[in-house]
Amino acid sequence: MNIGVEEYLRRQRDAGRKLLVPYLTGGYPGWQDAVRAAVAAGADAVEIGIPFSDPVMDGPVIQEASQVALNAGITPPAILDELPGLDIEVPIITMTYYNLVHHDGEHRFADRLARANVSGCILPDLPLEEAGPWCEAADAAGVETILLAAPTAPDERLPRITARTRGFVYSVGLLGVTGEREALAATATELAGRLKAITDVPVLVGVGVSNAAQAVEVCRVADGVVQGASVVRRLIEGGADAVGEYVAEVRTALDTAF
Amino acid sequence: MTTISTPDTPPTLIEPGSDGRFGEFGGRFVPETLVPACEELEAGFRAAWADEVFRAELDVLLAEYAGRPSILTECHRLGEHLGIRLVLKREDLNHTGSHKINNVLGQALLAKRMGKRRLVAETGAGQHGVASATAAALMGLECKVYMGAVDVERQELNVFRMRLLGAEVEAVHSGSRTLKDAVNEAMRDWVATVGDTHYCLGSVMGPHPYPWMVRQFHTVIGSEARAQCRDRYGADPDAVVACVGGGSNAIGIFSGFIDTTSRLIGVEPAGGAAVGRAAPGVVHGMRSYLMQDEYGQVAEAHSVSAGLDYPGVGPEHSYLASIGRAEYPTVTDDEVLSAFELMAATEGIIPALECAHALAWIVREAPAMAGATVLMNLSGRGDKDVAQVMQIMSERSTGPAS
Repeated sequence: MNIGVEEYLRRQRDAGRKLLVPYLTGGYPGWQDAVRAAVAAGADAVEIGIPFSDPVMDGPVIQEASQVALNAGITPPAILDELPGLDIEVPIITMTYYNLVHHDGEHRFADRLARANVSGCILPDLPLEEAGPWCEAADAAGVETILLAAPTAPDERLPRITARTRGFVYSVGLLGVTGEREALAATATELAGRLKAITDVPVLVGVGVSNAAQAVEVCRVADGVVQGASVVRRLIEGGADAVGEYVAEVRTALDTAF
Repeated sequence: MTTISTPDTPPTLIEPGSDGRFGEFGGRFVPETLVPACEELEAGFRAAWADEVFRAELDVLLAEYAGRPSILTECHRLGEHLGIRLVLKREDLNHTGSHKINNVLGQALLAKRMGKRRLVAETGAGQHGVASATAAALMGLECKVYMGAVDVERQELNVFRMRLLGAEVEAVHSGSRTLKDAVNEAMRDWVATVGDTHYCLGSVMGPHPYPWMVRQFHTVIGSEARAQCRDRYGADPDAVVACVGGGSNAIGIFSGFIDTTSRLIGVEPAGGAAVGRAAPGVVHGMRSYLMQDEYGQVAEAHSVSAGLDYPGVGPEHSYLASIGRAEYPTVTDDEVLSAFELMAATEGIIPALECAHALAWIVREAPAMAGATVLMNLSGRGDKDVAQVMQIMSERSTGPAS
């Protein structure tokens, strides 16, 4: 049974918990164990990347992990087929690029996700204006489409994004692609604050939130964080154990601070 | 530029609305961060294009810096050999050696008008990179050019030219390390620098408004050629032929003949035939025909010419193909190399390998077009390709298949 993203995250948030969503690249060697380790270490949902040949929103670390998976011949169905067997008790969200959806067909892809126990989907190259057909197909299949909001958005744009997003609103932390940064950009808390002021949907900050201290900093405003490159780097360097340790460290920092 | 269309006349140029569509192609499939930038650019371009002062400023640059209008050259010897009247639109004689200057002067002028201080660009063969670096130097803008590592190697001289012109050139090592990956990296740069940077995209591709805006900057090719043909021959050509990678030189010359009965032929490399395979896809901000695998992963194009090594094609070409207004045949690398040599030896003109694709198709199809007037866009000169062709020829002369 798929666990609703928004329903689950709201419940966790309303219980006073800051939300932690690690990202892992599907198809990278050992990714399944890494997902289980992340959940065991306190993730509130997991985001699974389905590698695409041209990932324009991703920096070097996630690009590398995607390329390793693609070079190994990993296909989108091969990743989705593994998800039900992961047997985890938090919502599964997939992150991929729109052409994989477009090529398969909106409805077919949405049904594929639903059958694979996927509750939510992020398509970072599908902005609001182009998202209509996919959102309808996803809604019909019971898959929640999580939209991104960017620091460049004028005020009038944000309510349209928060109205159409499902699950949570993904507040992009900085001007740039995924990757670790030494300091949290000022835009991270600014945009999260603008979003919190207009919506009750959970606001999670992702892109450029690189360690436990930055997660704590951003959660003073936001409901939670998505962590990608910092998690994937651990997967590349140290496998599932390193991922588990890192997620536990961020979890502890969040639970201690709030 | 645009004429009124009625059901009885051939189609006219489409002016896309805010959805950026040419029929079912085009659009704006970009990360959220870039949506406001694309909207700002669209508004900026609409205003500039309608502004007589901007247009006059651009016209002066095109005339006094780029060297427009470009001439029309009839290839008497080659034409006789092929049994056709072969006429070249000489975009190779523009400053920087290709049609790319038309677009970059327009975009750099627009970038300044919009208060940007920096250009980023992608390049394949280096033509657009050199043109962007040139325009940046001319207008006092910073410039960074992304170029696939494979292309950096095979177009060494252009890399040096760009650096000489003050641009920073970054080799892109991700993916197939060619043009498509250079586009990805330029977009990543733009996502991070959108406040002060203009992405000077080099072809009629990408998110709206690029396919439309870049076309408008290249319509000068078609409008000149149309007037020149009518003036010299009293008629439109029977066929208008151009090579297609993203498709900017092709759409530029097609634009002058879209509402005529001239055949429009866009020639793609056999290893980079986006239209020929007719599968719509979404990458680099647009929905268009795209080479891809059974799951939608973008395929790698392979061509002897770095400038055509692109798995997609501008959305307007997909549209023109879908309505049957233009044809998109392919030619092989071998046909291209033969055509390259043929033009040099019979006309004293060394074409860019990209343009040799157009000639290769003309050579192949000439027997079926006896007596016809064929206008070919010679969109760039071949100096940049000479070292590569020399290497290929020497490999062949020592190999078993020479």
